Formats: sequence, C-alpha cells, structure tokens
Amino acid sequence: MEEHVSSKEIKQYIVVKLGNEQYGIDIQYVDNIVRMQRITRVPKAQEYFKGVINLRGEIVPVMSLRLKFGLDPDEITGKTRILILKLEQQSLVGIIVDEVKEVVNLDEDSIGKGSYDANDERAMYLAGIGKHNDGLISLLNIAGIIVEKEKEKEKEA
Amino acid sequence: MDVSQYLEIFIDETKEHLQSLNEQILVLEREPENIDTINEIFRAAHSLKGMAGTMGYKRMQRLTHDMENVFSEIRNGKMKASAKLVDVLFKGLDALEQYLDVIVNSGDEGTEDNEDIIKALNDILNEGLGGGAAPAPAAAPAASVSAAAAVAAQPASEAEMGVKPIKLADHEKSAISKALTEKMHAYTMTVYIHESCILKAARAFLVFKALEELGTVIHSEPQVQQIEDEHFDLDFTVVLLTEADAETAKKKVEDVFEIKLVCIEEVTQEMMAQDSPKENGEPEKAKEAVSQKESTAPSAAGAAASAGAAASQQKTANKPVVNRSVRVDIDKLDDLMNLVSELIIAKNGLVSINTSDIEGIRESGFNEQIEYLERITTNLHQSVMKTRMVPIENVVSRFPRMIRDISKKLDKKMELYMSGEETELDRTVIDEIGDPLMHMLRNAADHGLESNEERIKAGKPEVGSIFLDAYQDGNNVVIEVRDDGKGIDVEKVKKKAVEKGTITPEQAAVMTEKEAIDLLFRPSFSTAEAISDLSGRGVGLDVVKSKIEALGGDVEAKTVLGAGTTFIVRLPLTLAIIQALMVELGNEKYAIPLGSIQTIEDVVVSKIKYVQTKEVIHLRGDVIPLIRLRSVLDVPEDDFNPESLTVVIVAKGDKLAGLVVDNLIGQQEIVIKSIGKYINNNKMIGGATILGDGEVALILDANAIV
Repeated sequence: MEEHVSSKEIKQYIVVKLGNEQYGIDIQYVDNIVRMQRITRVPKAQEYFKGVINLRGEIVPVMSLRLKFGLDPDEITGKTRILILKLEQQSLVGIIVDEVKEVVNLDEDSIGKGSYDANDERAMYLAGIGKHNDGLISLLNIAGIIVEKEKEKEKEA
Repeated sequence: MDVSQYLEIFIDETKEHLQSLNEQILVLEREPENIDTINEIFRAAHSLKGMAGTMGYKRMQRLTHDMENVFSEIRNGKMKASAKLVDVLFKGLDALEQYLDVIVNSGDEGTEDNEDIIKALNDILNEGLGGGAAPAPAAAPAASVSAAAAVAAQPASEAEMGVKPIKLADHEKSAISKALTEKMHAYTMTVYIHESCILKAARAFLVFKALEELGTVIHSEPQVQQIEDEHFDLDFTVVLLTEADAETAKKKVEDVFEIKLVCIEEVTQEMMAQDSPKENGEPEKAKEAVSQKESTAPSAAGAAASAGAAASQQKTANKPVVNRSVRVDIDKLDDLMNLVSELIIAKNGLVSINTSDIEGIRESGFNEQIEYLERITTNLHQSVMKTRMVPIENVVSRFPRMIRDISKKLDKKMELYMSGEETELDRTVIDEIGDPLMHMLRNAADHGLESNEERIKAGKPEVGSIFLDAYQDGNNVVIEVRDDGKGIDVEKVKKKAVEKGTITPEQAAVMTEKEAIDLLFRPSFSTAEAISDLSGRGVGLDVVKSKIEALGGDVEAKTVLGAGTTFIVRLPLTLAIIQALMVELGNEKYAIPLGSIQTIEDVVVSKIKYVQTKEVIHLRGDVIPLIRLRSVLDVPEDDFNPESLTVVIVAKGDKLAGLVVDNLIGQQEIVIKSIGKYINNNKMIGGATILGDGEVALILDANAIV
C-alpha cells in the first residue's frame, strides 16, 4: 500500500465480524482458524488477554479483539472462532472474533487510508479501509495489535 | 571429497584442542620448565594442524604450523617460554578461535592471514635460536609456499578430471557387446580419491565391493592387483557391466568415504564400433559428468566451468549450518535403547490386553500395564535428561585465560580459583550461562577487586582472589562467583539510585541492605565512576539477571563491605520436564514445581497470627508468611470458609512461605511449555503445561511468589 507498483498487487484478507463491523485480516498472518474452546485464564495478564489454549500441544495465548478495541465483552456463540495468527516463527497468538465470514481479494485501488485522528489509539490498529461489494472492511494492522507489550508494561508500572 | 560431514567433529575437536592449549599455556606461563605441559601443548598443536590440513583450511594450518615450530623448539630445550612468547601464543590461539568462528558460520576459514602473528612467531624463533636459527624460519616460509602451491594446484587438477581413456582387450569388448545385447549397461568410470586419504587401497577396495553388488567389473586400470597393493595415484578407471543406471552406480561409489569425484560414461554399441578410446568426444562428456556431480550448484556455470569453480560456488550457496551436538556416552545410549525396547513391550502388552475377552483380566492387566508404562517413561525421561547433561567445565574452562588477560590489562594481580567443574547442567543451560558468568567474573575483577596498592593498604594479600564454585543443591545447581575485594558500598548504591531517580530519598532511607543491593540488577545501573573497557557501561547485571531468569533460575548478591561480594546463581537442574504438585484454586488448576516444595501442612484458621497486618503461621520454630494464592492470582472468590487451610510450604533459598490452596490433586510429571511472549505475565507464572485431558494448567513459579 505504501508504494504503487504498476501491476496491481492483490492481497487476500479474511473477513471477520465483531458486532456489526467487518474487519479484514491479511491472510498471510493466519495460521489456523479453530472453534471456541476452553481458555485457561492467566492471572495478571493484560485485560484483553483471555488466557491460553492448547492448540495441538502448543500453548497459545488468546486475546479478545472486542476488549482490545474497547467494545462489549465477547458473547460466545456457535459462530465464535479463534483465529490463530503467526507473526514470526514459533510465536502464535489467537484472537477471538464473533464470526469468520469469507476470504476476499482486494487490490490496491480498493484500499484507502483511514482518516483517523493520529492520537486515536485505535488508529494504530488499522492498516487501511478496504471496499468490497459496497461494504467497508477495516483492515487490521496485526503487528500493531499484538506487539504492544512495552507500552502496556509502562502503563501498568 | 566432501568433508562437510566431518565439519561438526572438526569444530568440536578443534574447540577441545584450543581449550586444552589455552589451559596448558597458562600452566606454561607459570612453570616454563614443565616438560609434561610442553609435550601436551605440542601434541595439541600438532593434531590441530593435522585436522585443519585435512579439512583444507590452509590459513589455519599455516598458523598452527608456525606455532608448532615454536613449541617444538621449546620441547627440544632450545628455547625458553618467555612472557612475550606466551602473549604471542595467546594471540595465535585467539586468531585460531576466530578462524573457527568463521568456519562455524560460513563453513569457510575466511581470508584473514594473521601475518603479524606469524611474523611475531618467526621473530621469536629467530631470536630464541640466535644465529643457528636458519633451518626453522626457512622451514616456515617453505611450508607456507607449499601450502599456497597446494591451493593453486587443486583447482587445476580438478579441472583436468574426467573419464580417463582406457584400452580394452578383445575379449572385454566382446563381453561388453554381449552385455549390451542383453539390455545391460556398460559404463566406464573414473574414480578420484581425495588427496588426504591415507588408505587408498582400502577405499578402492570398498569401491570395487560396491560396484560388484551392482554388476561385474570387467576391466580396471591400473589392474586390480596393483590397486590392491596401492600402486596407483589418486584415481583409477573401471569398466562396469550392470543392469543399474548410471546415477545409481555413481551414487553407490560416491557413498564410499573419501571419494572426491566419480566420472561416469556409458559405453554404447556405436562406441564399440568406433573401437579405440574416444579421445575427442571425451572431454565434453567428462565435464558434463563433473558438473553433474556438483549438481547442487545450479548449472548456470555451464559445462565449460571448471569443477573447482563449481565447488566454490557450492560452498557459498549452502552454508553449512553447524548443528549443536552433544557427545553421548555409549552406555547412556544403550540404556535408552533398552528403555525403548521395554516401551515397545509395554505397548504390545496393552494391545494384547485390549483383545482379551475376559473383563476382569482386562481391568487388572490394564492397570498393571499403565504402572509398567509409567515406570518406563520416568526412566526414559531420566535417561534422556542424562544424555543432555553436560559438565559445567565446558563453559568455565575458558575463564582462567580470561582472568589472566584482564589481570594484565588492568594491571591488577588476581587469581581465579574454581571448584565443582564436574557439576552437570542441561545443555541448553550450559549454552546460555557462559555470558552471564563471564560478566560476573569481569565485574568481580574490574569493580570487585581493589588495585594492588589499595589491597596492601587494607592489609590484604596483594593478589586478589576470585572464586567460582559450582555445586548441586537439591533440584538446583548453584554457581557462586565470589571475590575478596572491597564489597559493595550500599550507601553509594542508594545515593546513585536517588541521583538517577530510580528511587526517592525517602525510599532510600527505609531500604534494607538487601533491597539496595537488588537495585544493582535494575536496568542501566552501574556504580563504576569511569566507564572502562571491561565493564561499567550500565548494561550489566540487569542483562545477567534477565538471562538467568529466562533459564528459570535466579541470581542474588551478598556483600560485606571491605571483605568482598558473592553473586549466587541458582539454576534448575533440568528443563522441560519436572515433577510438580497439582493444586486446585476455585475451579482452576495450577502446578507447583516439586523442587521448591518443602512440606504440606494443614493449618487451623484460628492458629493464624498477624505480624504487621500480614498473616503468618508458626511452624516448628519458623514464622512463615502466608500467601493466599486465591487473591494473589485473582481467582474469583466464593463463600468457602473452611476451618483449616491446606498450606503448601515452599522455599526460595532459605526463605519460606506458605501458599494457601483449596485442594491438592496430586503429584504429576509435567512438560513445561512457554506461554509465549505476547501475553504479559508478572513472573508468577513460570509457564504452562497440558494435562492428560488436554486442559492447560499454569505452572506457578514459587521463586517469584515468595
């Protein structure tokens, strides 16, 4: 999105729902999608981290996107899913979403920069806005959402 | 020949030899006349040279060769080990270590010639031997010239390689024609043996044996008898009749050790017709065969490229990433094998019980087998852990050398005393613990010990002492780094902390000595007034602490002003699998490592006393603070108010604490897993484990809670 290449680059996004809003997650980060399962609470963790799950023998921390974005707490339904994201080697992290809808292809032209206030904390969670079939999809900046440890720590200190 | 398979061994052994050289030269410095040491040094240097040569590391070989020359003169009594010589030798060892590092990273020795060291060595040789030194220095350049020549010669000779023309007798030709009509293949094959091969005949024999498995060798040049008597250069050519294809035959021969190159060419009817060995068509084909051998390197080089170029290309293309290896006693492996056999028997036992019809037998047999299985897995775990254990000697043996260098650099007299080098730790811990220990030793040498004059003034022996003691303590290994220096000035630490704004003056006033010392482990805190080359940049103890904590250990410091400082590092004996007590808090399950548990007590609520509004219990003369895990871990409260509490008494060092839990589930062997770096944990959670039912339970780190 930063640079314009002559041949339009098409990226695939997984579209998920949180309440009424649609969010897009770059498919290259998605390792897996699993059903809701029992989450073991981790004491003193960040509030939006619901705990850890056992993903085929791996311990994976799971965060609630809703809590992270300051929305109402999750209501677990049959459609609730955990998206397992992989940012770097051997460090998975799960995010809870209300529903996984579809996979869409977005080319650069249909992605616009959001006009957010720079001070808005949520702005750093977004990589842009995608237009798809009349609907708008907020594209998530996965790295911004997950890698925020330092800042959180400062806050707590 | 591809020597990469020996690379690991080479690296391991070179490290050992370098280490032993380091140690021995240190001894030599102190006892220049010790003939055993000199012999030992000579041997190590000699093997080092041999190994470097075998692996084709010419620069390394040259340097060791020159060092060996010096040793040899010392050994013959013609020279004395002077302080200057020792310094140069150490420089040489450092250079060799650098070569080794480069080799580990790239598989190649790099391009550093270290001419200055070689020159220094030769100068010393000249000086030491006076006028009669002519032969030794002459030998050294000669050696280097020959080494250079060898380098130059190698690519050239490789380029010439191909299938050598041979002359066939009539009956051989007819045999080939007959074979060809019977749908067999005939190949002419030239096998090149590596220059460094010692037992050429044996290798050739293995080649013949391999070929005879595939078909019949009808002709060889030179003749078989001559080959067996080792009357041949580095290559021989054979004609093979076989049903297998060229690749298989080639592969088979290449599998033999120390074979450098195999060139193969099919003999066809037309060729037979043309009769004489085909001089013209040959080179083309040969080159093809060569590039085939180097097929891992993309054929971009083209057929015209020499094999030498292809080989070097290949070297840069796939850098050998050297695996970390552990040397394992064969007995330990036998143990493992036995246990695995037992495991299989146990599995078979389960299978047969499962197919049994009678319900009773099924039930009891099942339990029996489970117990059996449990015994085996426990033993298996122990055995595997044992194979991972490495004596701490591997890391600490380089420290005496380091202290010597520091001593010279700082112009302070000091001596390092080590004990418990045989204490074993897990390989992963050993790999990581080196840097923190080194750091602490440097600290001790640089900040801990006073200068020579100060020591004399304080009435201490002029030579400062640093101690490194390792020993096992229960499930932990303790490593102590102690010095008899000036100790830590607690007031100075506090003052500094206040200046830096780490703490407020009020905080400083009420701080205990221990708390003040803990300040040293905070990031960017250094009391050294001047930044020295060695330490004092403010990245120090905090890094040490975080590194040790990452290994599941902890570090603390004790100090007596004027008498010295002790850093105590406590490390878990094993990682990954531990025995733990499973406890319940509300409906959550937690594991407490058994290693930190002292006892489990039932405490009647009315017996709880209060000290400074904190709950304590009195137990066999100790006053033990109670920690309500429920509130520490934010477990939802319920209206459960029993008359007595179950208290798990845990220890950290000599500090005790009682953890209040709801229920005990039992002892269990658990596998420790990390909970990842994204989720914030405040150190109370040492990790997580997966229980039998797939549920995740968190592991409490008693050290962080106490």
